[in-house]
Amino acid sequence: MTEEKALSWSVLVGKSRPLAPPLTRDLMGIYTLWQRDVIRLWRDRIRLVGSFIQPLLFLFILGGGLSPRMGAMGVTGSGGTLGYQGFLFPGIVAMSVLFTASFAGVAIVWDREVGFLKEVLVAPLSRTAVVIGKILGGATNSVVQGSLILLLFPLFHLHPSPGRILLAFLVMILIGLTQTSVGILLGVRMTSSQGFMVLMNFVILPLFFLSGALYPLDRLPPWLAMASRADPLTYGVDLLRRALTGVHFHSMLTDLVSLGLFMGTMATLSVVLFNKTD
Amino acid sequence: MIEARHLSKVYKARKGDRTAVDDISFSVGEGEFFSFLGPNGAGKTTTIQMMVALLKPTKGTITIDSLDVVASPHEVRQRIGIIFQDPSLDDRLTAWENLEFHGRLYGIDAESRRTRGNFLLEVLGLADRKDDLVRTFSGGMKRRLEIARGLLHAPRLLILDEPTLGLDPHSRRSVWEHIHRVRKEVGMTVFLTTHYLEEADSSDRVAIINGGKIVAEGTPDRLKKDLSSEMLTLETNTPEKVVTYLLESYPKLSGMIRKEEEIVSFPMPSGEALSPWDLLRALPFPIREASVRRPNLDDVFIHYTGSELKGQTSEKGVRP
Repeated sequence: MTEEKALSWSVLVGKSRPLAPPLTRDLMGIYTLWQRDVIRLWRDRIRLVGSFIQPLLFLFILGGGLSPRMGAMGVTGSGGTLGYQGFLFPGIVAMSVLFTASFAGVAIVWDREVGFLKEVLVAPLSRTAVVIGKILGGATNSVVQGSLILLLFPLFHLHPSPGRILLAFLVMILIGLTQTSVGILLGVRMTSSQGFMVLMNFVILPLFFLSGALYPLDRLPPWLAMASRADPLTYGVDLLRRALTGVHFHSMLTDLVSLGLFMGTMATLSVVLFNKTD
Repeated sequence: MIEARHLSKVYKARKGDRTAVDDISFSVGEGEFFSFLGPNGAGKTTTIQMMVALLKPTKGTITIDSLDVVASPHEVRQRIGIIFQDPSLDDRLTAWENLEFHGRLYGIDAESRRTRGNFLLEVLGLADRKDDLVRTFSGGMKRRLEIARGLLHAPRLLILDEPTLGLDPHSRRSVWEHIHRVRKEVGMTVFLTTHYLEEADSSDRVAIINGGKIVAEGTPDRLKKDLSSEMLTLETNTPEKVVTYLLESYPKLSGMIRKEEEIVSFPMPSGEALSPWDLLRALPFPIREASVRRPNLDDVFIHYTGSELKGQTSEKGVRP
């Protein structure tokens, strides 16, 4: 027994082993940080269930209440008319991704508050890897949340093909990545999670309301149409709606390019800002 | 192991710059146990943050294991295990997951993570709580887990930033038993910051840091002997008069006399053929009680950081 102990201590005697190449270290770091965020989501069942309820309120209470007054919102891919609830559904899927992804920003503020961020920052990996791990973790969680809502599509008489469901997934991933980056961008310099929550409300709600999740974009007053075009979520909602119902406003190319551009810009900005922060 | 040369850190602020670390130099040898002793805000944590490349020095250089910290931060970090002043565990993860993720961030292979992790949990008395969430742990257990985590990548240098802050006496003792055991078994270099004098007393060398400067450095024994061979403590009804008399008779004692209510303590004035007994007999005031003892680090600390200085700052704090 003592011999075994002595052997074990000897394992710890410092032999400064050469570091792995930077890319290997960073990839391992990204995977580890991603896995940590996913584990934390599964541990936090209340949050998982809680964020499932809000979209249901929108779908069934707001949607159910407005539906009789709204009439046909467009023609579906199969030639039928699209009711308000069916129109609202893709918007609410996008909303649930948006809300969960924004939480990734608060997660980085929490990490700072509880001190775990320091442990990550003194590890031998680049800050870029830290941000990418966080973005991927937050985006994964938001896509999981969005998918839970997406599974409700039969309730709204929608029959998307498997290919279109795949497209819907892609859009959710793009929204998730974009919004997680926005959350991290805003969270990087914040030291209080309460302050972050207040700030986030000023960001999430305009993004959501301007996106066309709740109303069609074709007869907006000019200023609103302008603002809507500047909102990354607009293109996500539009493309999701196209995938799930066949109804859309922008062209698919516009949607994909805008989403991609927003995503790239926000991710780059959050990486740059995080690298500059002490 | 550590070589700091003219290290300075200035925080830029609109209301004027603040110098946290002011031109300090020190070196710590391989296997040495070195302490930074100083009050809060003396620049201890800032120095550590420069050692692990979280902060860039405004001036000066610091090398660890002959590697420049600014030039090769990751190589340096690989050699350092650090226990932060504040908790830094993820309390929503289990003890094992915290170790596992740490090991991966430091590029430790799966087999070593498993053997070392199990061994360290065993040694630190956490083996039976391996799969419990850290949020269910007591403060002392969390600290021990942080020690296990800091050792997992077999660092050459262990940095302890106020490692027992906020722990109860029992946990403090247990944390120190573990640190001493690790030092004995592995023989690694330890860099400690603390404001507990008894913790600094067990180290090989102490640097007393105050206001961003190193004001004294040496072995604890040397520092105590340099102060004086004997400390005198008097209890009297007229402490003010005693202090005035002492200062008039022995001008050398200026700044070295401490007065707490009715207790006056001071080192024996050096360079005079005077025994404590002579001094006492010469005092023209009644003394209730007197004692002579060897100086401790407490006395050294107060001598160098200045009790008057502390008095001033607390007064400032009271004023509206």
